[in-house]
Amino acid sequence: MSVISMSPPKPSQKPSVLNTLKKLSREQLILLLSLSIVALVLIIFVVAPLWAMLRSSVLDSDGVFVGLANFRHYFESASVWHSLTNTFTLGITVMLVVGSLAFFYAYALTRSCMPYKGLFKVLGMAPILAPSLLPAISLIYLFGTQGVAKEVLLGHSVYGFIGIALGLIFWTFPHALMILSTSLRTSDARLYESARALKMSPFKTFFIVTLPAAKYGLISTLIVIFTLVVCDFGVAKVIGGSYNVLATDIFKQVVGQQNFSMAAVTSLLLLLPALLAFVVDRWVQKKQQNLFDSRSVPYQPSPEPVRDGICFAYCAIISIAVLVVLGMAVYGSLVTFWPWNKALSFNNYNFAEMSTYGWSPFWNSIELASWTALLGTVLIFVGAYSMEKGRDFTPLRRFLQMLSVLPMAVPGMVLGLGYIFFFNDVNNPLNFLYGSMLLLVLNTLIHYYTVGHMTAIAALKQLPAELEASAASIKLPQYKLFWKVTLPVCLPAVFDIGAYLFINALTTTSAVVFLYSTDTIPASVSVLNMDDAGQTGSAAAMAVMIMIAAILAKLTHLLLDKLFEGSTQAWRKR
Amino acid sequence: MQTYLHIDNVIKQFGQFTALQQISFSIKQGEFVCFLGPSGCGKTTLLRSIAGLEPVTSGAIFQAGKEITHLPPEQRDFGIVFQSYALFPNLTVQDNIAIGLSNQGVAALECNQLVDKWLKMIGLQSEAYKYPNQLSGGQQQRVALARALALSPGLLLLDEPLSALDAKVRTHLREEICQLQRKLGITTVMVTHDQEEALAMADRIVVMNDGVIEQIGTPQEIYEKPASRFVADFVGTMNFIPTSMIDNNLMRIGEDLLSVPESLQELAISGCMFDLAVRPESLYFCAVEKANDLNNKDNSIAVNIESIEFQGAYCQVECRLWDDFSASSIYVNVPIREARKLNLSLQESRRIGFDNTQLHAYPSIRKAVKAVIAA
Repeated sequence: MSVISMSPPKPSQKPSVLNTLKKLSREQLILLLSLSIVALVLIIFVVAPLWAMLRSSVLDSDGVFVGLANFRHYFESASVWHSLTNTFTLGITVMLVVGSLAFFYAYALTRSCMPYKGLFKVLGMAPILAPSLLPAISLIYLFGTQGVAKEVLLGHSVYGFIGIALGLIFWTFPHALMILSTSLRTSDARLYESARALKMSPFKTFFIVTLPAAKYGLISTLIVIFTLVVCDFGVAKVIGGSYNVLATDIFKQVVGQQNFSMAAVTSLLLLLPALLAFVVDRWVQKKQQNLFDSRSVPYQPSPEPVRDGICFAYCAIISIAVLVVLGMAVYGSLVTFWPWNKALSFNNYNFAEMSTYGWSPFWNSIELASWTALLGTVLIFVGAYSMEKGRDFTPLRRFLQMLSVLPMAVPGMVLGLGYIFFFNDVNNPLNFLYGSMLLLVLNTLIHYYTVGHMTAIAALKQLPAELEASAASIKLPQYKLFWKVTLPVCLPAVFDIGAYLFINALTTTSAVVFLYSTDTIPASVSVLNMDDAGQTGSAAAMAVMIMIAAILAKLTHLLLDKLFEGSTQAWRKR
Repeated sequence: MQTYLHIDNVIKQFGQFTALQQISFSIKQGEFVCFLGPSGCGKTTLLRSIAGLEPVTSGAIFQAGKEITHLPPEQRDFGIVFQSYALFPNLTVQDNIAIGLSNQGVAALECNQLVDKWLKMIGLQSEAYKYPNQLSGGQQQRVALARALALSPGLLLLDEPLSALDAKVRTHLREEICQLQRKLGITTVMVTHDQEEALAMADRIVVMNDGVIEQIGTPQEIYEKPASRFVADFVGTMNFIPTSMIDNNLMRIGEDLLSVPESLQELAISGCMFDLAVRPESLYFCAVEKANDLNNKDNSIAVNIESIEFQGAYCQVECRLWDDFSASSIYVNVPIREARKLNLSLQESRRIGFDNTQLHAYPSIRKAVKAVIAA
């Protein structure tokens, strides 16, 4: 430090940086390198696009600064208020319905002794493997104008609020189920023993013990669902009819009217609730961690015929509903020409005849998902390791930790629009990326970065903090420790991240819809296009293909887990 | 013996907070030194600075005559054992010890022999192929010790190594560490908040508080001649009895007048108030016959017995100055044989005498405390 301050300021700038670099040990250089790569990726692919979007919201279409004129103009139109109220009504309805449906489903899974728990768990989680467009298409087959069960809606049209709500309820259910099961599973048995000792009725116990313990999980769930609903665009696009929401507004402004400034303003509107939800969620997550500590005794349910019976019946109904929606999409894709020729055939899968793209969107999606999973897992895990277990460069590590949770607060549509602003600019040296597969990969990776990052951090936190110090004391370089200990121990988490990225890259529509080119069109976007062109059968077929690919990916994930369990996880057995 | 580790004016700041204030001292070759202090006193920070895990703000650290202040931990020469064991969870006991050796290029055969030697030394030969979480806490800590020592470092650092263990295991491992340390003659620094541990194990103790060294000395020096009120209070149990000097020969405790013992003569300024510090084992109950001796020939004070706690080898008797309910308790340890003879009972008035060689005086802080209570 004193060397730098003593030397004259200007000419020595370069040598002094070099000197500082030379002073670093190899360990520190490796750490600095990996942190810099993560920082670079996050800045170029999150911060810069967002900034570009914010900037253009105050510029007119010719790039002249107009202040808040765009906003004024925006709020003057009556349709905005329609979209706003629609979005919020949907958000709140779906949030409440999914919240309560998933809560009791999770309760049945974790707190009862009903049979077939494993099967119910798989069926409850199944919708996550399908793109959000699939339930929408399936609902058209079920309740649409030519639907098999349209009488159920008593004359109401499925196109609009009912359709979007049903589709989103189906699609967000597993997300809610995941958070709530974790929250209910980590419950302290001692509290239930105390309740019994105090002669509390089971009913009262539920309200005094169970509900408060799951409180934070429940709040977190509601927030996540609300954000997902507000930001989703696929379902509303397919089954929304004339029911406008913010996400479809952005799509129309960009793709239909090429009005980018207005789209930026709408995006900001969408960003606000998402950011707010994100902040509240972070706060809730912090509270949650303190409830269950190492001294807590996990709760083990004991058989109780009445409760178990009710739980079984409830889960059976939900599972059947899931199967009906998924099954209907598969059935619809196999019907030759709905509703006139109901003979089963694979005609709809003959994509070459249906669209100019043929099967290429499907393979594009597989390519996109593979690269996202591969690059993403490496970047996320190495990044998380450097941030969590690095010793030096504390300010940089703190900054990156904050930056790593930012992508979660950015809705896909907003991120995609930001990419248009940033990468479609001819003055940007990175302009060549626009429309390429690499940009799609990076965009998807960034969109799902935070969940992967948090999975990695949670796994890394389970290792004692002093491991790195111990390794240094026996002269074991940190990269060797990473390779020999950290990575094998965290392998299940690494596979989780990979599978998560792969499946989401397959099913996502929101961000990529702005970024694809004719060479890189992903399957999920082609589902949208085919549905738009009235080829519902082919759209269903492509959606089913995505689902099959996701199921295969999930099975591969389970297989990999089993394969490596013996060699990397044997130490967990007592 | 020559100096092995020298700490020179080390300062460590975390933002506005100063964790270490100008720490300087030396450790001799082969010495076992304990850093003792309450949590947050900076003892762990000091240990981590020696290891290079925490860069110091200023000052210098020398090990074996070489300056190591700015060296990263992997270039220093030390082995370390943490409270959390920090074993590599997916490696067997054997591999945990071997990994450092084989990374240094030790040939496989030699490596195996060394590992065997260490396993024998820590008595875990039969557990060689087990994983850490299949072992008990004490066993895991022994493996950590072997791993730290396997590369024959010049310095062994122990960061509260026994704090996570059960009482029995703790005393057992305590002896083992001491034996091993003496056998290898390795310079050792241990951080602990447990004064009993420090007294039993260390050659010298560094007592720290608020980032400052309060006293450095052998366990006996620390216990018998505490350099400050903090050390007196923190190490062992100490009674602080408010006392006032009347003249060169007389001092007053409660209602009793006592002759000033030789060790306190330099304090003998009339009217001066101080706290007389005396350990529970340096107090004794006077025989009942002398209790009514008004001339107070045996220099005793009158107390009321408040409670008697049976501790097995001795009784801890809690007393209060006679007639003074606001005074703090005075604890007296009575060896069990003596206690049987004395036949003490609750609420009884007795007189206690002092072992005059073990008396200390510290400035009174009682006034401030009283003011707070009054408020």
